[in-house]
Amino acid sequence: MPFIPHTEQDIKAMLASIGAKNIDALFDEIPAALKSGKLTAVGDGLNEMQVSRLMRERAAQDSQPLNFIGAGAYEHHIPAAVWEIATRGEYYTAYTPYQAEASQGTLQTLYEYQTMIASLTGMDASNASLYDGASGLAEAILMAVRAHKTSRHVLLPATVSPLYRSVARSIVRLQNIELVEIPFDIATGTIDFKALEQYAGADIAAMVIPQPNFFGALEDVDALTDWAHAQNMLAIALVNPLTLALLKAPGNWGSPLPNPLPLAGEGANESLRESNIRGADIAVGDGQPLGAPLSSGGPYFGFMCCKQALVRQMPGRIIGRTVDLDGKQGFTLTLQAREQHIRRAKATSNICSNQGLMVTAATIHMALLGADGLRRAAAASHGNTQSLAALACGVPGVKRLFSAPHFHEVVLRLPKSSAAVLAGMAEQGVSGGIDLQPYYPQLGNAILVCATETKTEEDLQRYVAALRHVLQG
Amino acid sequence: MLIFERSHPGRRNAAQAPHHAAAAGGPSTGLRTGIPAALLRQDRPLLPEASEMDVVRHYTRLSQKNFSIDTHFYPLGSCTMKYNPRACNTLAMLPNFLARHPLAPESTGQGVLACLYDLQEILKDVTGMAGVSLMPMAGAQGEFAGIAMIRAYHDMRGDTARSEIIVPDAAHGTNPATAVMCGYTVKEIPTGANGDVDLDALRAATGPQTAGLMLTNPSTLGVFEKRITDIQKVIHDAGGLLYYDGANLNAILGKVKPGDMGFDVIHMNLHKTFSTPHGGGGPGAGAVGVAQRLLPFLPLPVVAKLPSPAGGESAARGAKPAGGEGINNEVFRYLTEKDLPQSIGHLSAFSGNIGILLRAYVYARMLGAEGMHRVAEFATLNANYLMAELYKAGFTVAFPQRRASHEFIISMKPLKDATGISAMDVAKRLLDKGYHPPTTYFPMLVPECLLIEPTETESKETLDGFVAALKEIRDEAHATPELVKGAPHTMPVRRLDDVKAARELDLTWKTPTSTAPV
Repeated sequence: MPFIPHTEQDIKAMLASIGAKNIDALFDEIPAALKSGKLTAVGDGLNEMQVSRLMRERAAQDSQPLNFIGAGAYEHHIPAAVWEIATRGEYYTAYTPYQAEASQGTLQTLYEYQTMIASLTGMDASNASLYDGASGLAEAILMAVRAHKTSRHVLLPATVSPLYRSVARSIVRLQNIELVEIPFDIATGTIDFKALEQYAGADIAAMVIPQPNFFGALEDVDALTDWAHAQNMLAIALVNPLTLALLKAPGNWGSPLPNPLPLAGEGANESLRESNIRGADIAVGDGQPLGAPLSSGGPYFGFMCCKQALVRQMPGRIIGRTVDLDGKQGFTLTLQAREQHIRRAKATSNICSNQGLMVTAATIHMALLGADGLRRAAAASHGNTQSLAALACGVPGVKRLFSAPHFHEVVLRLPKSSAAVLAGMAEQGVSGGIDLQPYYPQLGNAILVCATETKTEEDLQRYVAALRHVLQG
Repeated sequence: MLIFERSHPGRRNAAQAPHHAAAAGGPSTGLRTGIPAALLRQDRPLLPEASEMDVVRHYTRLSQKNFSIDTHFYPLGSCTMKYNPRACNTLAMLPNFLARHPLAPESTGQGVLACLYDLQEILKDVTGMAGVSLMPMAGAQGEFAGIAMIRAYHDMRGDTARSEIIVPDAAHGTNPATAVMCGYTVKEIPTGANGDVDLDALRAATGPQTAGLMLTNPSTLGVFEKRITDIQKVIHDAGGLLYYDGANLNAILGKVKPGDMGFDVIHMNLHKTFSTPHGGGGPGAGAVGVAQRLLPFLPLPVVAKLPSPAGGESAARGAKPAGGEGINNEVFRYLTEKDLPQSIGHLSAFSGNIGILLRAYVYARMLGAEGMHRVAEFATLNANYLMAELYKAGFTVAFPQRRASHEFIISMKPLKDATGISAMDVAKRLLDKGYHPPTTYFPMLVPECLLIEPTETESKETLDGFVAALKEIRDEAHATPELVKGAPHTMPVRRLDDVKAARELDLTWKTPTSTAPV
């Protein structure tokens, strides 16, 4: 019996103790008519050798092309130590750390994570994770609406990933929250400031500001944050945590604030930092670039950070440092009165399980790379993408579509059907990017391309050769 | 000591840093980026500067401060802390599975999609539902998907006056929180003295405003809801739908199908019943199953199998022998909005927690049909044995006249009245004895309660040891109560000051010497 240790003698002794004649008798409170027949789709059990063979054969089918796709999931080097440690049984098979005394390993790791991610984003506080970046964005929108109190409208630019916008809509629409799409400037590939103007002075809870945006382009985050704050909107930063090793942290976006704007909720003035920069109010995104393998899309994790004044509006677990009876430092779940197991219908969210193990991996990943290693990975990704774009634009008919500076993704316009070109490159073992046609038909034959630090000069040449072959072959 | 306190300025991990020419630059050295300076970071993020060995040693030592299934008996009620087979982890982390980009062509993911498709079929079978989506990333997101589908169903029929979801008072907190996230108000109904739903109260609460009922069966009180057929009739007659919270599915796996009980929609916690790891709080996986009428609303994407050119639809895949099953001529693909235009939509950027789903799949294949039954049988045997032994030892069982499902409740109220020792004190003292405590103070209906779920993977000796530990603690409560009140004594820390944690929020470490904001 797989994973069941009972011997015949055990079973007999246990049934005798219970006073039941057999195991079936233990189910005698279940109405007979409800008992199910034989399972038909499950099949016979496999032993470990058989299931290993099955899975290895299936995995062997999935040999992967040379990857130049980003679009929200990025191929980065993950140090071997990350998953060696994260899959230690003590991390891997522990539960949510409700019993703090027996969970100090997980709790301290999460506190260290909160410190690292809050520092990367330049925010005061972090939770212990959400499911992924897209559902995290939905939670940030819900949080902003709770904090703002009067408006149920949120500005969501078209430069935010269409996949994220779709998830956010699925989740927030049931609470009658309206997401207002802001178009982008077709020349720069960034938010169209002129289109924003019609919302000046309107009662709107928040504006989402992506950096880098879905096209890999860099938004003018200072001006956008100032504009949002001038309209009494919260600024929700949607960011890639790896890029923050190089880019300005959301907590520092915008100008110094002469007069603090009133924020709904308690402790509004606490949100002012010593530098008197209000910055973004909430920072959210996907933690995948920090140690999570691509894995066909998951598990990754969503991170969420915020300013002090908003901490009590935050969803999810939060870890705090405190002391024990002897005054010794210890870590515990805190502010649980926000959560579903205490507040039930009045909780900030229904979230219970989060993505704990992914956060453990991310913490180890960040500790191993340090600020310098993350900056190098980010800079190399940026540099590789620069080089790739330059090389690709050497192929006749290929050009960069947008003029704004980009980070580690770039949009290329092709002289032929983008779907057909990508299919042709796939035949040569190269995932050449994603086709933007289904999401942004107005861009024509455009693809979104990414080259992270994992790509060598030869890889870039191989990309260009495959592209050239399809276009000219 | 925190990792930041092990940090030394200038210490680098050269092995982990890219050698790319562009990587050498940085804001201070004039990075050749074309990125305007105003968009670049000026300060250095607070990340450790530590060697690889420092980091490995630090997190290895931290891990050793945890209780876990791999190290301790962990009978946490409603959490199903069963053994997590190592093969599941090894096989889910095969390099090709890890390397695949979520937006890579489906032709590069036929192996992983075949696993997901098979898992959908297995879960349909064990739950008796017409369709399954694996996408929700945890139980609570599965609940969200389920209630969103109920709402989509009523909305599609123009039946929009239904504004309430009924939830028993013993339900998990996620149930009412989910109903609110889906735009409903919550009506709570009480539990009868024998642990079943109060049917009269349910009738009184049900009406044209009822969108649905969320029910856990067996309930969080550890008993099977015997009148489930009556309950479903009350709800369905009123035009509502029935939601099954699968938190306790382990108790009836392969024995009773929620679909046969009349449930319209169900979520399963694969990190409970299908033995994927809890990881210190996740990731989980909260697959949802639906009856026929909710099929159009399933969250995206769902994996479909296209008719094979060779025409192999007849045999159920799982029934085939293992040999030769790995590679086949069938084609799998994700269904999208085009296929399911009425879907409640996507709940994750890509396709849920696929790595976790692969672990659940390996586990399901290792169990096979017979193994599914055995899970419920031995989980129930262990719970009833433990309950019987504790009852005989004089502990107060909440529902002694009932069979336990896979879990049961004892109350420490008599002990508290006699000695002042609470359920919390007992829980903390269990840590000193080498046992993770059961769930405490949930459900709230039973005072000073411990909700105990041993799971099927524990042996009789372990259960006997646990009974002995509880008896010892009871003796200590009478003889040396201060010993129990001061517990734990052997953990890395003693009881923590939760009030201080909440009042003087310390959520991030700050450099002691620096006054600059971090």
